[in-house]
Amino acid sequence: MIEVRQLRREFRVASKKGRFRREYKTVVAVDDVSFDVAAGEAVGYVGPNGAGKSTTIKMLTGILVPTGGTVRVNGVDPARQRKELARRIGVVFGQRSQLWWDLPLRDSFALLRSIYRVNSSDHGKRLEECVDLLELAPFLDTPVRQLSLGQRMRGEVTAALLHAPELLVLDEPTIGLDLESKERLREFLAGLNRRGTTLLLTTHDLDDIERLCPRLMVIDHGTVLADGPLAELRAEVTPERVLVIDLREPLNLPPLPGVTEVRSEAGGLRHHLTFRRAETTAAALITEVVRHVEVHDLAVVEPEIDDVVRRLYARTSAATDSTPDVVDL
Amino acid sequence: MAEPVYRKIIAARVRSQMSYRASFAVECLSQVIAQAFELVVILVLFTRINALGGFGVDEVVLMFAIAAIAFGFADLVAGQLDDLPTFIRSGTFDAVLLRPLGTLPQMMSTDIRLRRVGRVFAGVVTLAYALTHVNIDWTPWKVLLVVVAPLAGGVILGSVWVVACSVCFWLIESRELANSVTYGSGAFTSYPITVFSKGLRYLMAYVVPGAFVAYYPSLALLGRSDPLGAPGWIGWISPLVALVAAAFAGAFWRFAVRHYRGTGS
Repeated sequence: MIEVRQLRREFRVASKKGRFRREYKTVVAVDDVSFDVAAGEAVGYVGPNGAGKSTTIKMLTGILVPTGGTVRVNGVDPARQRKELARRIGVVFGQRSQLWWDLPLRDSFALLRSIYRVNSSDHGKRLEECVDLLELAPFLDTPVRQLSLGQRMRGEVTAALLHAPELLVLDEPTIGLDLESKERLREFLAGLNRRGTTLLLTTHDLDDIERLCPRLMVIDHGTVLADGPLAELRAEVTPERVLVIDLREPLNLPPLPGVTEVRSEAGGLRHHLTFRRAETTAAALITEVVRHVEVHDLAVVEPEIDDVVRRLYARTSAATDSTPDVVDL
Repeated sequence: MAEPVYRKIIAARVRSQMSYRASFAVECLSQVIAQAFELVVILVLFTRINALGGFGVDEVVLMFAIAAIAFGFADLVAGQLDDLPTFIRSGTFDAVLLRPLGTLPQMMSTDIRLRRVGRVFAGVVTLAYALTHVNIDWTPWKVLLVVVAPLAGGVILGSVWVVACSVCFWLIESRELANSVTYGSGAFTSYPITVFSKGLRYLMAYVVPGAFVAYYPSLALLGRSDPLGAPGWIGWISPLVALVAAAFAGAFWRFAVRHYRGTGS
């Protein structure tokens, strides 16, 4: 579905030198990136801001032309066959709308039908399905500018799917959404992927990856640092997790199997238990804790995506790093 | 390509603008008033002088009217290119690149500003007035010219704007430049080119074909020879000039978009 070889993109950045003179510096945004995505896969593409995610996405979708290397999406060269590609993929940008600001969703969808030349029975069927699954019906006739962010995103996703693309590219689809909207969107995308649509998404939200993407690609400073299943990568770079428990009354905890470090605060009301993934599971540990004390609240803290990326980066640039930071709530 | 897609996009734009009827009416009216003020300036000028660049008041009004209609048409079609810097800065232009349509037609159709119709309407009224006050030796060809000249003028002005706005792909902050070209060209084309200095005249007649918008076609209508010695047929070829200008503008736009996407630099 996607075939990327030695992809490279440079930007020329001008800086002022004196009143009229300018100096140009070449900044490499994407450097020697190669990967494949097979049809039907769901891949998360993550990395800190400025890592080169969006630049890659823009080259895959034909917005930007690579400085070097080759890209094939659906057998098409995105840079040369932009319009051809546009008919065959769907793209959603979380932070910029592709809908018409002052038109109701219904009208936007009708326009997209003629733009993508979709015949009306196919279009109607797909629209009905999206309206159904994403519950668009209550606001189909509201102008886009009056929609909430969550409603708008559902509209954006629908708009990207009406021409039945085999590949859906999403750039930060859940950014700014509340938990319920995020969950609803993830559920929809997961279903879409099950029915055969290939997904490629960039995100800052680890839960997106967890729910949707069996495969994770991490990029930083323009190069791919890691590529593989999320669980594997996370276990590899952060072998320890933290369970945070709040008790009803201050108490000291007895020693628990698998726990390597206990940090208490609030006079013994809250405890941070660091445990090794390889030795126990969160479920086993919770069961154990509940047997001893009365628990008011608890949370398992996973390393943030940025943390994983940072560790991956540290791992490649220096020697191995095994002391985990204490994660605070 | 006059595809039904664009007809539908434009129809949708029109519908959404007509949903604010009152504001549409006010904006339309303000365009008429703006145009009327420019006419008043000319009329006031002629209370002091008898001729401007060798032309009488009604003849100047004729040029002014043709230029006004042309400007209105160009504004209707290419006026929204003013927003290109905003599109580029906010990343909305990327969304334009994601659709299976040409970028220029999309930009032109995304925000048809219907209120510009006010300017066209004011121009048509002025033209009707001017035509009844100047001496024209009517032939079928001249009737055709009266209809075609404002349209061709619109294409010429629109092409000039497309080129000026394309510069935004290199310099985002060049909106001022684009504006000075759009409104400057509007002002320039409304007067006989004989009133301008020689350098500006050559620039506007042959480099930027502004003189073909109203001046040369008016000469042909009036049956007057150009005081500056241009041949008599020059007023008849404005549609041809329009085609060349449009082709050039289209090529320049493509070149600019190619630069934006990263192959042109």
